[in-house]
Amino acid sequence: MRPKLELLEPALVQRILGEAFQLLMEPGVRVAPSAAEMLENADVRVQEGVAHIPEALARTALAHAPREFWLHARDGRRAVHYGGDDVHFDPGSSCLNILDPETQQSRPATVADLVRLVQVTEGLPQFAAQATAMVCSDVPKDAGDFYRLFLVLWYSSKPVVTGAFSAAGLRPMLELLAADTGGEEALRSAPRAIFDVCPSPPLNWSDFASDNLVELARAGVPAEIVSMPLAGATAPVTLAGAAVQHAAECISGITIHQLANPGAPIVWGGAPAIFDMRAGTTPMGAIETAMLDLACAQVGKSLGLPTHAYLVAGDGKLADAQAGMESGMSCLLGALAGINMISGAGMLDFLACHSIEKLVIDAEAIASAERLLEGIQARGESLATAAFAQAGLTGDFLKLKETRALFRQEQHFPSAVIDRGGPQSTASGDAFQRARQRVADLVHGYQRPYLRPEIECELRQIAERELWRCGRQSLIGV
Amino acid sequence: MYEETFQAMRQSILDGAPEHAAELAERALQLGIPPLDSINLGFVPGMNAVGEQYGCAQMFLPDLMASSEAMSAAMAVLEPVLRSGGGERPMLGTVVLGTTRGDIHEIGKKLVATLLSANGFRVYDLGADVATDTFVAKAREVNADVVGVSALLTTTMAGQRSVVEALTRAGLRGRVKVIIGGAPVTRQWAEEIGADGYGKDAMSAVALVRSLMQVAEGV
Repeated sequence: MRPKLELLEPALVQRILGEAFQLLMEPGVRVAPSAAEMLENADVRVQEGVAHIPEALARTALAHAPREFWLHARDGRRAVHYGGDDVHFDPGSSCLNILDPETQQSRPATVADLVRLVQVTEGLPQFAAQATAMVCSDVPKDAGDFYRLFLVLWYSSKPVVTGAFSAAGLRPMLELLAADTGGEEALRSAPRAIFDVCPSPPLNWSDFASDNLVELARAGVPAEIVSMPLAGATAPVTLAGAAVQHAAECISGITIHQLANPGAPIVWGGAPAIFDMRAGTTPMGAIETAMLDLACAQVGKSLGLPTHAYLVAGDGKLADAQAGMESGMSCLLGALAGINMISGAGMLDFLACHSIEKLVIDAEAIASAERLLEGIQARGESLATAAFAQAGLTGDFLKLKETRALFRQEQHFPSAVIDRGGPQSTASGDAFQRARQRVADLVHGYQRPYLRPEIECELRQIAERELWRCGRQSLIGV
Repeated sequence: MYEETFQAMRQSILDGAPEHAAELAERALQLGIPPLDSINLGFVPGMNAVGEQYGCAQMFLPDLMASSEAMSAAMAVLEPVLRSGGGERPMLGTVVLGTTRGDIHEIGKKLVATLLSANGFRVYDLGADVATDTFVAKAREVNADVVGVSALLTTTMAGQRSVVEALTRAGLRGRVKVIIGGAPVTRQWAEEIGADGYGKDAMSAVALVRSLMQVAEGV
């Protein structure tokens, strides 16, 4: 039996959906002119930029959205399954700062930091996908979205969770992915990347978010809605109320997306959070934030849709005990909820800062959560009597063939980041210091995945052209 | 002699009770209490107490919002009477606020506006996605003492520098202080772009503006 956690009674899920459909009609959803036109063509009343979407149309869109799809690795292998209760993790996306492991101070992230993070992620099987994790301060601003993706494609063969902060930024990113995958058709049939698209709370699909939804749908490249109601600030204060808003934002996004191209892959996702009423912050490590993420995912699952959430992040400024506590707890909860893609590992300071050391510590939490999901199984014909028949009352189970045959299936072995004593233990320093060593080892052991020379050449040409456009003459970090 | 009334006024602000605050303001007028006394001895000390309680984690942001609403309700009763008598509540200063061009985030900035207003500043909130020139034009129009520029993204933080530079070009920098805020903003960034100050949250923004305007404690 695989353990599973649900926080909402079925009747409450239906109530959340019922109110979400009501919100789509009244007050409606603010949409960009391009989306407004498409909605009007589908007989939706749009007044002063606000679309009043009837439930029937939204239900049709939900019915068209695929129940599952795959992201592919560079070699074409199916690597990430969006659908059912499959669980995958990727590092958090698009933060501005990095926790410098030497000074333990946050500073603006650079290309070198992102490359290092990609190399470490490449060596950690706990991460099924890479993320365009940092905004690099040494890359021209207008090329930022694009260049992050370029670096990830250059240094990794895993699928990528990415996103664009502007409508203009999306096109060269799709061009880059098509070059990497072998053309637009290949990108459509075996996509390697998924794009986060964020509505602005409450109930607002801005120009670039609307445009990106439509463009991604038409390109057949998966989109992941990252709805982020802040309970009490930009959304109702109750967790159930914020889940209603999240559902309305997702359903309206899916409606726009499916009108543009029925059947295009899309994910019910988000980064909802509570709003801390003392500090005015949005704590990603709060238990209520995790509860809200789980509730939102459960609503999406009730509709049969692939899901995403933002967990495994801490809010302090250091990769310390608080970070471990917050990230470990939400990691476990997300896994138990069967959320298809859980983003956020490595992140600190309300998603503003990455720590590569934290990323490797989080990888240990993820491995533990994955072990938990395997559950407890009856292996062999007897549970214990056959072992006792051999060992009797000597207690000498270590010698048994059964022990040797099964212990690897029963036990997960953490890396040296986790101190369990034994010969591997250096017994010196704390988890952060051990994580630093692990990062150094992973970077040292990293080998750049093979990239066909003609693809490499094409990626390079596109990157040079885009940087040139922003006034930069040469590539950075390659 | 009206200590009980003033005490009730303070309490109405602490309770975040707009109707009660307005009612107390009305009653004070009927009793012949000068509006400025109601403000300075009743309602303003209430706001000061709210600030203190927030500072020691006894009150939370929704409480602050409610107290600010109560303050506004009281002022809505008292200010017209003050004006009709040829007087005016002495404002502590004039502040123009906005979020930079390209940035739509404004929760924090709205909070700053509410709290500054409740604390006796005249506030012009330009909203989000505000062009640099709009900050300058408004600052000139209302003779602002302080311009506050908010940004949530590193990509839009550059707009804070633009506002500082534009105010300098417009020749206003000598008499207008610039404060900045927002999640990615740091003291170092404030120094780098030549801003006069940075606040890490809404309450510290109020303290910052008070100190820039050299407002004495307890006023």
